[in-house]
Amino acid sequence: MSDYQSYMKGSPLEVKVISARFGLPNSTSIDTFLAHEGYQGLKKAFQMGPDAVINEMKSSGLRGRGGAGFNTGLKWSFVPKQTDKPKYVVCNADESEPATCKDRPLMEYDPHQLIEGIVIAGYAIGAHQGYIYIRGEYRYLMDILDRAIAEAYARGYLGRNIQGSGFDFELCTHTGAGAYECGEETALLNSLEGLRGYPRVKPPFPAVVGVYGCPTIINNVETLCNAPHIILKGAEWFAGLGTPKNGGTRLFCLSGHINRPGVYELPMGFPLRRMIEEVGGGIPGGKKLKSVIPGGSSCPLLTADEIDVAMDFDSLARIGSMLGSGGVVMIDQDTCMVKVAQRIMKFYAHESCGWCIPCREGTAWLKRLLDRLHGGGGLPGDPDTALDVSYNILGKTLCPLGDAAAMPTISIVKKFRSEFEEHVSLGACPYERKAVAV
Amino acid sequence: MADVPQTVTLTIDGKPVTVPTGTLLIEAAKQASIEVPSFCYYPGYSLQGACRMCVVSIEKMPKLQTACTTVVANGMVVNTQNPEVVNGRKAMLEFLLTNHPLDCPVCDKGGECELQDAVFRYGAAETRFVETKQHEDELKFSNLVYYDRPRCILCYRCIRVCDEGMDVNAYGIGFRGSHSEIIPNRGEELECEECGMCIDICPVGALTSGTYRYKTRPWEMNYTGTICNHCGDGCKTTLSVRNNAIIRANNRDHSGFNGEFLCVKGRFGWDFVNSEKRLVTPLVRRNGSQAPASWEEALDVTVSRLKAVLETHGSGAVAIIGSNRTSNEENYLLQRLARTVLKTNSVDHHRTGDFSTLVAALSEAKATDRYATMQDVSEARSILLIGNDPTHQHPLLAFQIRQAVRSHKAQLHVVNSAGIKLALRQAAQFVRVNPGDERTVIRELAAGGGPESVSSLRAKLGSESGTIVIFGDEIRGDSVRNLVRWGLSLPGNTRFIALGDYANSRGAADMGLLPGSLPGYEPVSSEAARARYAEVWGATVADVPGRNLRQILDDVKAGQIHALLVFGSNPVKTFGLPGELLGKLDLLAVAELFATETTEFADVVLPAASFAEKSGTVTNTCGQVQAIKKTMRKAGTRSDLEIILALARELGHAWAYGSAEDVLREIITHVPAYNVALPSLMVGRAVPTRPAGAPPALERDDLVFSSRDTLFTSGTVSRFSWALNSVNEAKRPHGHIF
Amino acid sequence: MLSEALKSRFDQVIARYPLKRSAIVPLLLFAQDEIGYISDEAIEEIARRVEVRPIEVIEDISYYSMLHRQPIGKYNLQVCTNVSCQLLGGEQILDHCSKRLGIGHKQTTSDGLFSLEEVECLGACCGAPAMQVNYDFYENLTPERVDRLIEELKANGKAR
Ligand SMILES: Cc1cc2nc3c(=O)[nH]c(=O)nc-3n(C[C@H](O)[C@H](O)[C@H](O)COP(=O)(O)O)c2cc1C
Ligand code: SF4
Ligand code: FES
Repeated sequence: MSDYQSYMKGSPLEVKVISARFGLPNSTSIDTFLAHEGYQGLKKAFQMGPDAVINEMKSSGLRGRGGAGFNTGLKWSFVPKQTDKPKYVVCNADESEPATCKDRPLMEYDPHQLIEGIVIAGYAIGAHQGYIYIRGEYRYLMDILDRAIAEAYARGYLGRNIQGSGFDFELCTHTGAGAYECGEETALLNSLEGLRGYPRVKPPFPAVVGVYGCPTIINNVETLCNAPHIILKGAEWFAGLGTPKNGGTRLFCLSGHINRPGVYELPMGFPLRRMIEEVGGGIPGGKKLKSVIPGGSSCPLLTADEIDVAMDFDSLARIGSMLGSGGVVMIDQDTCMVKVAQRIMKFYAHESCGWCIPCREGTAWLKRLLDRLHGGGGLPGDPDTALDVSYNILGKTLCPLGDAAAMPTISIVKKFRSEFEEHVSLGACPYERKAVAV
Repeated sequence: MADVPQTVTLTIDGKPVTVPTGTLLIEAAKQASIEVPSFCYYPGYSLQGACRMCVVSIEKMPKLQTACTTVVANGMVVNTQNPEVVNGRKAMLEFLLTNHPLDCPVCDKGGECELQDAVFRYGAAETRFVETKQHEDELKFSNLVYYDRPRCILCYRCIRVCDEGMDVNAYGIGFRGSHSEIIPNRGEELECEECGMCIDICPVGALTSGTYRYKTRPWEMNYTGTICNHCGDGCKTTLSVRNNAIIRANNRDHSGFNGEFLCVKGRFGWDFVNSEKRLVTPLVRRNGSQAPASWEEALDVTVSRLKAVLETHGSGAVAIIGSNRTSNEENYLLQRLARTVLKTNSVDHHRTGDFSTLVAALSEAKATDRYATMQDVSEARSILLIGNDPTHQHPLLAFQIRQAVRSHKAQLHVVNSAGIKLALRQAAQFVRVNPGDERTVIRELAAGGGPESVSSLRAKLGSESGTIVIFGDEIRGDSVRNLVRWGLSLPGNTRFIALGDYANSRGAADMGLLPGSLPGYEPVSSEAARARYAEVWGATVADVPGRNLRQILDDVKAGQIHALLVFGSNPVKTFGLPGELLGKLDLLAVAELFATETTEFADVVLPAASFAEKSGTVTNTCGQVQAIKKTMRKAGTRSDLEIILALARELGHAWAYGSAEDVLREIITHVPAYNVALPSLMVGRAVPTRPAGAPPALERDDLVFSSRDTLFTSGTVSRFSWALNSVNEAKRPHGHIF
Repeated sequence: MLSEALKSRFDQVIARYPLKRSAIVPLLLFAQDEIGYISDEAIEEIARRVEVRPIEVIEDISYYSMLHRQPIGKYNLQVCTNVSCQLLGGEQILDHCSKRLGIGHKQTTSDGLFSLEEVECLGACCGAPAMQVNYDFYENLTPERVDRLIEELKANGKAR
């Protein structure tokens, strides 16, 4: 039970596709769903046939909403057609990237949309079993999904011979128990097999060797929720909503120092400045913006003068950052960026699975360095050491968690270096001093 | 699919390298003698990609790649030296050292530490890590295994060797991130085979040995490669000696067919050698009680009493019981002593497997090329195991079998009266029978018919090729014949292994410690054989078989044997003989390492040297001959060889052997099947023998039986091993862990 | 003793997977929901049912941050201090709870009613600062709201 008002404040600038049904009374029930285009995409998919579905997905330009932004149709097409092994669809509902809370409303207000997307994916690649891997903290969402899944079985949208199509598909939820790393696709697969959430060596990729050694596609909740709409309204329509190679809309989670925090569905490529000022209503207390985390804490941070950027994968990549998971965090002028860096690193050190050396030892080292630095024990060499250590992690770890820890740190040290040096010279955090002063 | 080329060619540091398709880059580099450092990579075990030490740069690939997980491809251009790679390695080592205590001066692994070596070669001079290191107290996993978390680099080798190699799975990983640590399977403690493989495979000093820790520096010890003296598998082991005492045994150089493997007995069970309970002065019984004596006196008494008995009762009144652990040279001389000096064929030993009948059966079938070796087992595609419990009685054999199953899905078929671990965990097929019915199964396999389980076993084996047939003491006498006859009818080259308990059980039989067989399984009844040896020994040999061990003991009871010489054997215990009977003998002389149930009744006790204190050869249960080397000396003791020579001399036969090697030369020239190459023995090779002969049939069934030792026992000597007795598992009921 | 209800739930869950061990983490969490923590008995029982060695279950427990082997308070206050919450006073909320209950991170009140835990992002960033009490979310927190909540919980806790 998230409080609908605080999440769905709404904005005239929104383009509602996957959030269109959120406001409806009783929106989780299958009847409401069916009354509003529910399972129409699936029915159409059955008429099109698997290959057509995959092609439609490809040309729609839908890119993974979990963070990596890989073309979804393309990923589906990697699943071998000729194989005697069973295939699987795994929905990544581990939503653990700091500042990200978009999959939550998708499951809370419109669970059948997700189920429909999963069945379409299963039909496209020829899978007959799906799992929704949902983070343990989201227990109430698991209950909502379990109820929806039961309804879908009862009405013949899951199980044997779905809607007379001859296609069988089984689906169930699977709870995690507290581990950010289990959102990483291969760690998720190990976790789903009852093992510790350690990542796997790639290649082979999950599309070929996934869960139980069988071909598996793993997609984020939001990604899958888009599928029914793409099939129903067509790739062209979907692509048209966004920018080139960045089809559709995206749920952005505005949080931090912003007047109207919430989840907003905006077209891909929506300008960040307008997102902050018009959608989010600006920075509280008329304060100045200092920095923005554009897509969850794994992304390099932007300075206030970098916000004239279109919020899509390629535009952000061009300025050295990432669209990531859609978690947009506004940080105002009175915030200590060393403390931000420290808190971010505390998270990665806590969540590092510990399998590979650079991530395990590097994040622990950086956390302790930043603790000391922010606590007043900073040494002149610290900013450079922090940078070097981050670069020594970058690109050398088994899974991208290491990079996710290094990238924001590098950007903060580089872009806000003076604050680090001030900590060193003062032997204290200037901002906490101010706080004390007033 | 298009046919894949068998090899690929790539360039590493400018050198073109051609390797088989599917080779890992790290191995390809090795072949080009380019070293790519690594910690978590360990050949033969699953890939981890954890330590990131093996990073290399590959053209057309965005970032550094790990050589241990990269499969080579044609035209790949690899660089293992460029600045990016060098810095990458430096970085990994700096990371590893952030929390690694630099206590190398007091660390067991100092000097043998892979981290130390890597830092020396690839490391950065100084670190920028200024935070304080997190200390954690060392944990005692068992009396033999200790764990030091801060030293652990989490390469997960211990986990894999225990899981994939040993199939024990005693280790796990606890916690997460920088708090991760290796955890044992029973709360704070290990419950396992205590093989100690994890200690040797640990690249740093995180896992240390309860018997070796803090004792010495590696470079202060002398190393001697020799053969383990416990079970019949014949593992190569390196004894490390300092101040004339063994401190450690391991096989770090992976020499011998056991590679990195040693079981708990091989790695820790040598400590009986150092036991203060060792006999070091001869004992002679005077008016009822044994008293210390000089060697001269002890030998005098023995010889004079022997002479007396021979004069009054003739050679029929003397007999010799030999050992399962003494060297081939000693066994050879012992039977020569019996046959040519005491003029009796009444020489035998506790037979723990029926080697004779295997030799006879293969010879009759003209198939003496069908003895399998230890190496063969790990390469076998199909294995039939009848009886025995290798996990306990033949740890290396069990390891080889598991390796065959793991590495290439070999089909293991088990016939056993118990649910042994191999049957439950590795076997493709397990036919469980009542104790004693193993022979019935063989009869049925050969005759056709039998219960469903047997006919399906027959069918399956009929579909395999080149099966290796391994059998324990349950199969002896005619059953061995049936088994061989039927086995040879299977497709491909069926090969055989008979299992015997101890380090030289096979050698005892080969060297003719048998009443009816001369060395090389030639029957004493054979004119030709007798003539040949008479020539070599300059003395004739009686043509009738002597008394076998059961008969010898009956004769002792019946008072027909008056003098008994026992070498490295404990008949009172092994055969449940009432010791008092032995008291009645005119002479009971026993050469032993320790006071035993048998020495208790001896008139003369001769303190013998152990395997570590003499040179020679032993033959493992597969018939592979290997050299044992003198590692140290034990004041007061003499080798059985010296003792036998002395007795012969005192009895008027001054044999001209200067050393064990002279005896070996004679064996090589005159014992059929032992014409092995001396040099290969000396460089530590295991030389297979393929005896052919017509030894007499097994006289009686109860002559062959195994002692059924467990992983933690080894006949009499293990009673004097602190290590073996100190592990919990040894106290638990047989087979509990499995 | 695990309840029959729990055991039958075990069976249902295990049946969902081609590989029994897949059920380990869900089973552990469900067992913890019932017992309040993961007992040795639960470990043995789960290992037996999914056919793994107990150590493999123990490995999982220490990996997943929601699983614990010691009993904790009836109400586990899990306060998020990650970026979005931190910017809006998450740490103050944590301190407030700590003072109010007189316990620190991963500690439990003597009456066994409350435990306190500083946790990572709960996915409640738009309702920051936020916390979870057991599985229930409480968002847009202020010290006053926290006080009221704690009072309610005390009342309920004593009631039962
Ligand atoms: C450390 C780490 C954590 C991740 N966490 C999540 C997550 O919580 N949810 C998610 O959907 N993807 C997460 N991802 C991305 C997944 O690995 C994967 O790319 C994604 O689920 C693919 O689905 P998509 O193509 O639909 O985005 C994470 C990746 C990393 C490296
Ligand atoms: S297996 Fe046998 S030979 Fe090898 S170490 Fe163990 S006891 Fe010694
Ligand atoms: S050896 Fe390659 S990662 Fe460890």
